[in-house]
Amino acid sequence: MDKLWLIIKREYLSRVVKKSFILTTILTPLGIIIFMLVAGIIMNYDGAEERNIAVIDPSGILGTDSLLLKNEKGLQFQKVQGNVDSYKNSEDFDAILELPSINDYLETQYEAKYYSSEGVMGSGVIERLQTSISDNLYYHKAQKFGFNRDSLDGLDTDVELVREKKNEDDEDFSTADSLIATGIGGAMGFIMYIAVFLYGMMVLKSVTEEKTNRIVEIMVSTVKPFYLMMGKIIGVGLVGLTQVAIWAILLPVALIVSTLFFGMDPQEMQEAQNQMAGMEVDAKEMENKMKTAISEIKDQNWLLIIPLFIFYFLAGYVMYSSLFAAIGSAMGDDVSENQSLTLPISLPVIIALYIMFAVIQNPNSSLATWSSIIPFFSPIVMPARLAFGPPWWEIILSVVVLILTVIFFVWLAGRIYRVGILMYGKKVTFKELGKWLFYKE
Amino acid sequence: MNVLEVNDVHKQYANHKAVNGVSFSVPSGCIFGLLGPNGAGKTSLIRIITGITKADSGEVILDGGRLDARHPSRIGYMPEERGLYKKMKVGEHIMYLARLKGMSKQEAANAISHWFNKFDIHSWKNKKVEELSKGMQQKVQFISTVIHNPKLLILDEPFSGLDPINANLMKDEVYELKSKGTSIILSTHRMEQVEEICDHMVLINQGKNVLGGSVKEVKERFKEHLFKIKYKGNLPSPRPSFITVHEQTPEEIIIKVEDDSDANKYLQNLLQSGLFIQSFEEILPSVNEIFIQVVGKEKTMA
Repeated sequence: MDKLWLIIKREYLSRVVKKSFILTTILTPLGIIIFMLVAGIIMNYDGAEERNIAVIDPSGILGTDSLLLKNEKGLQFQKVQGNVDSYKNSEDFDAILELPSINDYLETQYEAKYYSSEGVMGSGVIERLQTSISDNLYYHKAQKFGFNRDSLDGLDTDVELVREKKNEDDEDFSTADSLIATGIGGAMGFIMYIAVFLYGMMVLKSVTEEKTNRIVEIMVSTVKPFYLMMGKIIGVGLVGLTQVAIWAILLPVALIVSTLFFGMDPQEMQEAQNQMAGMEVDAKEMENKMKTAISEIKDQNWLLIIPLFIFYFLAGYVMYSSLFAAIGSAMGDDVSENQSLTLPISLPVIIALYIMFAVIQNPNSSLATWSSIIPFFSPIVMPARLAFGPPWWEIILSVVVLILTVIFFVWLAGRIYRVGILMYGKKVTFKELGKWLFYKE
Repeated sequence: MNVLEVNDVHKQYANHKAVNGVSFSVPSGCIFGLLGPNGAGKTSLIRIITGITKADSGEVILDGGRLDARHPSRIGYMPEERGLYKKMKVGEHIMYLARLKGMSKQEAANAISHWFNKFDIHSWKNKKVEELSKGMQQKVQFISTVIHNPKLLILDEPFSGLDPINANLMKDEVYELKSKGTSIILSTHRMEQVEEICDHMVLINQGKNVLGGSVKEVKERFKEHLFKIKYKGNLPSPRPSFITVHEQTPEEIIIKVEDDSDANKYLQNLLQSGLFIQSFEEILPSVNEIFIQVVGKEKTMA
């Protein structure tokens, strides 16, 4: 056991003190923040120059409070009198928007004209202008038909489907819950997927390195191969936990700091987005939604979800990384051959990710039930389902099956590993790996 | 007293018998040559002795007891294909291997500074292994093999890839360890090294030991009773009937005798005849010749 501890310590420390580890651990959250900021800036970028646009609207299609006239970034609209020709040579305007009068109010096609010397206009701009004009036409036409604006707005009804319990003892679960749960579930499933691949591959790489490096023969003359493998799996696993824990702390901190520094108020950003989409959003309604969302997040059974998440993280990681270790031990220098060995292990992980996406849409389907019991998928699918409050028996069954499978795979991997690491220059197939299982020590 | 006894060890891999009933023993405090052509089963045998694999049958007795969990602390093994963790610092690396061998932190630190002093390489301590040249890495390798003061040291082709200076240094270390009571098994193809360094040897071929004993005794066993006489002048004739001429030039003659005492008699004849004798020596076969003779014979038989 002392030796196992020594190996774990080396595997852990040799990675954690590496510059590359420290850099990725610190820079990844920073990178995400910078990416978000840059993406925000790019999304808000609407062309370098301000353009003045004359709007000719003889029949008053645009209301006086029309958003179009106020809010298009980079485009300054100004209502003018007269005809198009009189503004064509004007120095004051770069372009002219002409909104002809409507003759037939039942006609659903309408052609507005935009006079410009530039051939190309951003499709975003065109779309927003079209939507805005269409909205204005809506009210304009309605007025003609005798509706006033308030009664029209009254026609627009937001519908919310509220789930009520059928029987007294049914579970508490609101519709808002399922939206939040989808978010939490998706995030957890995705983190699991990344972790299994990232750290599983780290184990594989390190096993192959030890083998091609030939240190392994010295190592196994001192410790049992099984300890060497377990030390590596546990050591790298701890590295993974460390990294994820640091990210879990650093990411929110970085978000807050960047908000303070760059003055990016989330609410402001939200407003800006709404404006861009040309819609008016009731601020109160938004606030209410946010409040329910936050309370739903708080209401989640975190005391159950977090330990289970950590369990699935560890179990999924150990299961897959032991398989990666077995495969890594069998690898030689032939890259293409190595890929054909890795594929059968990577495939279930990728399939699990797709199942996970389907499951968060439909968390009570039989696909969800089955895939959270099948151990290849459960480490990724089950965490995604936890926020939906799956039945107890499913959780217990899934945990038990996974534990048994992990033990089995670790044993299996150990048998292959001890033969593989000392086997050189042999073309390895899965049939061959199967034979190694039964080799005597 | 034998430090190691190998008794009728067998090891079968999937469809090939790697070790097929090998027995030999390594006396304490000697340098023991483990010889054999490629694929003879040397590496398989070493892996059994070091506990990397287990024998199917037969027993290995180390220092009076069967192999068990304590044995790694008594054996130092330097494989032919050897590597180190490239990213690790030299000092940490040796410390790691020493601790795995069961040394305490303090013991290991003392041993490391002893060896660093000896090779005068204190400046390497904080260098990464990958920064060292190949020869330097070999030294680090050697130190980490002997750091825990093993009773039995197994060196597989220890001199391969070393320049003559470093090879000599290594040789001196091997002698010194021997003088301190360490027994050393040297697995090699280089027969002249066996002749020079080893006290005892065993020759493995096709999974079996075909020849063994002290190097002197083995040579004795394979000698063809040849004697070389260098002289000046004319050989008296006729030659006595108890010798046959093996080779002859104007300055020297190689004779073959039935009984070694006949060589003495012939020398007396020559001296009496007044011939000037420059030298008289027995020609013993080199280990190389014995190797080729034995292995070659097995091959033609197989």
